[in-house]
Amino acid sequence: MVPRAPRSVPPTAWIGLALIALNLGMFLLGPELAPFGQEETVGAPFAPPSADHLLGLDQNGRDMLSRLLFGARMSIGVSLAAVTLSFSLGVPLGILAAIRGGAVDTVLSRAVDTVMSVPVLISALVVLQALGSSLPVLIVTIGLLDSTRVFRLSRIVAQGINAMEFAEVARLRGEGIGWMIGREILPNAAPPLVAEFGLRFCFTFLFVAGLSYLGLGVQPPFADWGGMVRDNQQGILYGLYAPLFPAAAIALLTIGVNLVVDWLLAGRTTVQGENR
Amino acid sequence: MSRLILGRLAWGLLTLWLVSLLVFAGTEILPGDVAAAILGQNATPESLAALRESLGLNEPAPLRYLGWLAGILQGDLGESLANRAPVAELLWPRFANTMALAAYAALVAVPLAVTLGILSAMRRGSLFDRGANVIALATVSLPEYFLGLLLILVLSVRTGLLPSLANTYEGMGLMAWLQATTLPMIVLTLVTVAQIMRMTRTAVLGVMDQAYIEMAYLKGLRNGRVVLRHAVPNAAAPIVNVVAFNIAYLITGVVLVEAVFNYNGLGRFMVDAVSKRDLPMVQAAAMVFAAVYVVLNMTADIAAIALNPRLRHPRAKDA
Repeated sequence: MVPRAPRSVPPTAWIGLALIALNLGMFLLGPELAPFGQEETVGAPFAPPSADHLLGLDQNGRDMLSRLLFGARMSIGVSLAAVTLSFSLGVPLGILAAIRGGAVDTVLSRAVDTVMSVPVLISALVVLQALGSSLPVLIVTIGLLDSTRVFRLSRIVAQGINAMEFAEVARLRGEGIGWMIGREILPNAAPPLVAEFGLRFCFTFLFVAGLSYLGLGVQPPFADWGGMVRDNQQGILYGLYAPLFPAAAIALLTIGVNLVVDWLLAGRTTVQGENR
Repeated sequence: MSRLILGRLAWGLLTLWLVSLLVFAGTEILPGDVAAAILGQNATPESLAALRESLGLNEPAPLRYLGWLAGILQGDLGESLANRAPVAELLWPRFANTMALAAYAALVAVPLAVTLGILSAMRRGSLFDRGANVIALATVSLPEYFLGLLLILVLSVRTGLLPSLANTYEGMGLMAWLQATTLPMIVLTLVTVAQIMRMTRTAVLGVMDQAYIEMAYLKGLRNGRVVLRHAVPNAAAPIVNVVAFNIAYLITGVVLVEAVFNYNGLGRFMVDAVSKRDLPMVQAAAMVFAAVYVVLNMTADIAAIALNPRLRHPRAKDA
């Protein structure tokens, strides 16, 4: 690839940043901004948009906008928690495997390969069948399944850094494993890992929404975007836009994150991290 | 080369066995008793005992695992908890439906995506290239149900061109089947085309930087000939890989699409089984999905080995 000109922020990245900021605002303040309660019935089912209800009412006559605002905290919160869990597991273990090598590396890598050889959705469905769906189960299951992807990337990145001279020097100085991870590897592995955090968040967010859409994710009475698409879906057959609002909210956030990640990764020829 | 391929085959079989362990273990992680969890609050001591008996829960887990694995190898997938029907009879027709839909989508998506990828590599930086890139990025970030609902609204509710639900039944004519499944096919095509196209473009461009391509240009060959005869064959391995990966995705990612269009496939079968907590059905469906996925990934790797000229003609000292 041709080396890029000094980096400037392209318009697509600005759009992405704006979308992320908007969603962050909804995540932090959504329930406080909501004009109605998430369980409050305020009119007839599928009432069209009006001055009081900007996005109309849902299949139970609840205010769509309010439910979207409440759902933001649930949908984004669950995904953030799961990604945080997967990174706090995957990154240290991946770096450890890269530094230690040998049996530690082989055992961890083989275990990860095996888990990754089953599609995530299928593994998650098996676990949800056994444990039933609740918020802790959702977060831990998705976090654990996703940590395999994080492990793989951190391991490869750390292997590269670990072979550099400064890491060699630190080892010869007799630094312990904690110093090696915290002071030598992590600071240098940060850029690809930050981009990966964005991609993993996107994936997890779509995944949680997808599970909720299937009726196996976030359970009522909590509002959540995937579940809202499912609940309002029959409206589409009458030409109503109701299910499109939560679906568009999901799409806008993932597009936003993707635009920013695309900009962060610009100049690399390969896409980091497989998305499915 | 054949040693590499045999090794990959052996690794695939080993993976399948490990996957069977995982699927079985996944249903064993429940603290306490599976039977109690399935029956929930309606449990009476008698019904609990009966369910434990029928699930074989009175035997130790390793023994149950071996029995289950032996059954699978003989094509016996167990009995559904709901109505005692053999899982195999319920599952295979649904599997056939899913494979048919995935095949329909693959037949459209793969040629389209590879052509678009090569075209955008040939016109790197052009309006076409940038436009294709933006559209690819957008469709990749859109959830299947968003695309699906949008298409239902536009092509079905507003214009009545295609049916909104993919109702299929046995003995249906081909034309009727194609009409019923075209909307889900379009959704699957949209979500897979983007990735195949981008990877094809990247793979072709990766080759385009090499010296022999410059040589081909210096010989005075036209752009089209350089790309099609010199670059594409050498980019074939990664392209085949991403195609196989996306077909594997088609077969599992179909779960959401089947839910949107109410299509009678294995995905909805598994989702229904999970919400009814029908253990044998879930295990069987998970094994089938995982097996298809493992086999396709293995095929992709083997194809990549077979397509790599350096591995195809090993030098004597390497062998």
